[in-house]
Amino acid sequence: MYELLYDIFGSEIIAMIIAACMPLFLFILPFALIAVLLERKVSAHMQDRLGPMRVGYHGILQTIADILKLIQKEDIVADTTDKKLFNMAPVLVFAGSYAVFAAIPFSGAFIGSAADVGIFFIIAVSSIVVAGILMAGWASNNKYSLLGAMRSAAQIISYEIPTALVVLSIVMLTGTLSLNTMSIQQTAYFWNWNLFGGAADGFVQLLLLPFTVVAFVIFYISSLAEVNRTPFDIPEAESELVAGYHTEYSGMKFAMFFLAEYANMFAVSAIAVAIFLGGYQSPLGYLGNTIGVEWLIPYEQLFWFTVKGVGLVLVQIWLRWTLPRLRVDQLMTVCWKYLIPYAFVNLIIIGLISLI
Amino acid sequence: MSLYDIIFYLFALLVLVSAFITVTSKNIVHSAFSLMFTLFGVAGIYVLLGADFLGVVQLLVYVGGILILMIFGVMMTNEITNVDIKTGTTQVVPAIIGVGLFAGALTSMMLRTGWNSQPSENMDTTTYAIGKLLLTEYVLIFELLGMLLLVALIGAASVARKEKE
Repeated sequence: MYELLYDIFGSEIIAMIIAACMPLFLFILPFALIAVLLERKVSAHMQDRLGPMRVGYHGILQTIADILKLIQKEDIVADTTDKKLFNMAPVLVFAGSYAVFAAIPFSGAFIGSAADVGIFFIIAVSSIVVAGILMAGWASNNKYSLLGAMRSAAQIISYEIPTALVVLSIVMLTGTLSLNTMSIQQTAYFWNWNLFGGAADGFVQLLLLPFTVVAFVIFYISSLAEVNRTPFDIPEAESELVAGYHTEYSGMKFAMFFLAEYANMFAVSAIAVAIFLGGYQSPLGYLGNTIGVEWLIPYEQLFWFTVKGVGLVLVQIWLRWTLPRLRVDQLMTVCWKYLIPYAFVNLIIIGLISLI
Repeated sequence: MSLYDIIFYLFALLVLVSAFITVTSKNIVHSAFSLMFTLFGVAGIYVLLGADFLGVVQLLVYVGGILILMIFGVMMTNEITNVDIKTGTTQVVPAIIGVGLFAGALTSMMLRTGWNSQPSENMDTTTYAIGKLLLTEYVLIFELLGMLLLVALIGAASVARKEKE
């Protein structure tokens, strides 16, 4: 991608800026527009309601109307807030969740950075989000915000451990940190996905199968906790904390938190897709190969990546409107007493099998 | 001036300015957060030097681990956040001697080291080489560090544990 832009513009700086902005304008903004509407409609139909119906056909333009409203809102900053940190926090949170997209391969031809540290970079850079959330909670000078921020940070840090352990076991299996290489290894048909034991030989794959499925389940649960979705949404539990760390924010600053949240939802789904569900590879073989049109393949890959990612986001929405939220002690019990030991045992077993 | 020079100066400016704020700010939470930007800028400079793995580790360990812990500590202890820290000048002479010695040591080290410079084309990834070295040449140190961290973890858990009667 970067090379192509470099050829067109002939300037490193312009090419790099455009390549860095592409995922935002081509992907995250349209995705957020659709996902917000999707969440409201899906939740409504699950509860036997209709959801937004007034703006456009079946409320299709509702999100755009909401954004127009948010842009017009007055930017309220309470007197006793810490102004500098208060204004910096939304930017930091959004920057942290956007940085993750640098290492995600959307298709064979479109990946922000082909750096070899891939998934390791993602795990590291998402900690900036934690700092931003703490900053927002503290600068708001509001006990609900501070409590929400504390809960959120504690939760994200705890659940990073099982995530990292599971990712480590898959990294051991595939021998690479780069999500692009991982996707390439899971090519051809869907039984080569890491979810089903990866592209190993028949017998080894059969041995690996139960453990990679467990790894996927652990990864998905802890990624839900990392984006503060139900059943792990005590940081913004409405009945206890108003709205958690972004209680004091209004207008566009609130919109930035909102956008970061939806970007995060897609980011964790995309990581799960790239690690376990074959990345951008088609499960059934490519149409472009069959009819001999080579240039079609990257677009097909983008299509499959989007379908798989949005599918996992739909599962997140489905879980949110089905399950009640956990208490704080239950949350920590799930992480430290169940997920981490299972992830450790899983890591050792996958390591032993991959020695065969 | 190439793109990399511009990025280097941006990161260097970030490190210097935020380090200055860290030292001079009277608000301890502001200090803690600007220390985060310092550490982040250092990570950026590591990446510019071709040490991608080291840069990410810097981000993971310092920004994601130590700094969040520090901010947590600062926020949890209510007495600290409400107190203004003294930032006046005291003990001028010992400070000048100490800083002078440290700066002299750093400068002489900078001047005497034979810096090994090579063209920035063709950056190879460092992850593979680091992993291989850790498990062959430095395996003893690696294992000892692992033991040390385990002891620290168990020690922390046993200190924090509530005694059952």
